[in-house]
Amino acid sequence: MSALPSQALTPALSVRDLTTTFVTSAGRVTAVDNVGFDVFPGEVLGLVGESGSGKSVTLRSIMRLIHAPGVVGGSVLWQGRDLVTMPERELRRIRGAEIAMIFQEPMTALNPVLPVGLQIEENLKAHTPLDRAGRTKRALELMDLVGIPEARRRLSDYPHQFSGGMRQRAMIAISLASNPKLLLADEPTTALDVTIQDQILKLILELKRELGMSVVFVTHDLGVVAATCDRMAVMYAGRIVETGEVASVFAKPRHAYTRGLLGSVPRSGAERTMLLSIDGTPPSLAAIPPGCPFNPRCSFATEVCRTVVPPLDEVSPARLAACHHHDRVAAAGSPVA
Amino acid sequence: MMIPMNDTVISAEEVSKQFTLPQTMSRRLRGAPQLAVNALNGVNFTLKRGETLGIVGESGCGKSTLARVLVGLLDCTEGKVMFEGNDIAYLRGNARRSYNRRVQMIFQDPYSSLNPRMTVRQVLTEALHVHRMRPRAEIPGRIAELLDLVRLPDDAADRYPHEFSGGQRQRIGIARALAVEPDVLVADELVSALDVSVQAQVVNLLLQLQEKLHLTVVFVAHDLRLVRHISHRVAVMYLGSILEIGPTEALFSTPRQPYTRALLDAAPELDPTHRTTSVAARGELPSPINLPVGCPFNTRCPFAFDRCFVERPLLTERGPMHRAACHLTDFGLAPAAVPPMQTEAVS
Repeated sequence: MSALPSQALTPALSVRDLTTTFVTSAGRVTAVDNVGFDVFPGEVLGLVGESGSGKSVTLRSIMRLIHAPGVVGGSVLWQGRDLVTMPERELRRIRGAEIAMIFQEPMTALNPVLPVGLQIEENLKAHTPLDRAGRTKRALELMDLVGIPEARRRLSDYPHQFSGGMRQRAMIAISLASNPKLLLADEPTTALDVTIQDQILKLILELKRELGMSVVFVTHDLGVVAATCDRMAVMYAGRIVETGEVASVFAKPRHAYTRGLLGSVPRSGAERTMLLSIDGTPPSLAAIPPGCPFNPRCSFATEVCRTVVPPLDEVSPARLAACHHHDRVAAAGSPVA
Repeated sequence: MMIPMNDTVISAEEVSKQFTLPQTMSRRLRGAPQLAVNALNGVNFTLKRGETLGIVGESGCGKSTLARVLVGLLDCTEGKVMFEGNDIAYLRGNARRSYNRRVQMIFQDPYSSLNPRMTVRQVLTEALHVHRMRPRAEIPGRIAELLDLVRLPDDAADRYPHEFSGGQRQRIGIARALAVEPDVLVADELVSALDVSVQAQVVNLLLQLQEKLHLTVVFVAHDLRLVRHISHRVAVMYLGSILEIGPTEALFSTPRQPYTRALLDAAPELDPTHRTTSVAARGELPSPINLPVGCPFNTRCPFAFDRCFVERPLLTERGPMHRAACHLTDFGLAPAAVPPMQTEAVS
């Protein structure tokens, strides 16, 4: 699960200089700032960050689901083609077909006035050559695949008749209808209870193995990252501040924010002790501090952090970090190791 | 911190709470009984002075209802809640007011639990004034003290809730609860609406305040890691019943109830080297309108046998202060004696 497949050298998805800006009453804000990462075939990449860090907007920008006045810049290379500049007609053949997406709140993502079965068939109709009978048969197979019991009866049920976990399963069935090569999952388990979250996470991993997909997993829960992802990218104030293999980042974080985030999660063996919290709150996107955006909350910060934006550089093999003091952070050790 | 073992502050005895549903015409014509959501079904526990009791469970398990019953926001349908030996349902006048003051609640949602038209000063003044905590002249000084206690800046007093972030609002909620110098704090999902880094700040604050003010805390949450971190004892709830209650360490290291084990297995650990592909618990929560007969967990339990479907297990002793409700009294004791948990990857 953790080892990358042998063809790992050519990424399936390659995001470069992705920048998304919105016009607000406070002026133009940059929600995603020069974000770049690769997703390799068969890999699960975790995109971690707190609310407002730009992780969901990054995902939506990849799929060009950003509406005006939002503006997306940079490039998103999918099998050699740039999704950002591609004509809408061409994009529609990829979106929902080769690249599928599942959302955080399945009740708002599903259409409340259409039966679930019909919503699965809609995707089959748009992206496969199947006829009506074939579509119904495939919809049944998909419902079985994602573990919805009594699939035949539930095809004609409406989303409100499903529980939260079952709605998320239905949404996964819709996204899988076209045999996607890449699944973008935007906090798919945040609204669910822990035993149901566990079921859905295991289901996504199982399907990933069976269908050979890559997955980009947006989450704020480092536990979910530890349990599911191969590599992770940590976002703060619209930028990626650290990327690397999950085990290695957990063992030796090289950005002060990653370290603080790991320390903020309660862990066993340290009951009723002070957590290593991060002071202050994440900055508003309209007022990102100069220099490193994390500097006002950072205990490692020095003068250079307040003036110079640290570049995202390779600081050790397969590890990128945007921190002037990554050596000191690494030397301070991991709060979870 | 030492927990005094004998001093019970609050105890719940066979507490049940039903919320009746509106009767439909067709059911009335058929003479069918009125439907009700069984939010709590015979909950028993005691809360010792100075301890933190964590209450965990998934949504719909009745943990928030229990919190509200404890502070007297809801009356229980059956059973009773005792505060220092008196049934709270029969408290009147000064005794009632004193209980209301001494048992305080902090709510889940920092956005809807503060009046948007009142400044922080007005919120705190109201609390101090209603319970006659301080003469009028001393109120401004006390407000400054309270803000300092929860580490809010001094100029916070004359601002409105919308000017604060979620973490700061939760601090205002804590300051409001502490203004009346309570003995017991009931915190319902205190930090679940907050970001991880801010969560840690509020958790640290709560730990410090408890130490400083000798508070007894009921910490209701769905996040097991958090409950484990903060509690001396933990109660696991499922469908309105406590299935297991015991000292945190014992309960987390050797869960004696299959649901507790499933819950622990399902919670993602911060350790990338420990991964499983097996699902911790199959199925979903049954409806609280039609409770399963027998053990509430029998619809999902991989170990359920005949008896579980006819007889509801009671909380019985499993160790020092450790009780569990399961017919398999040796569950969790000898791992070889019980079959391994379900290893199906997809249910």
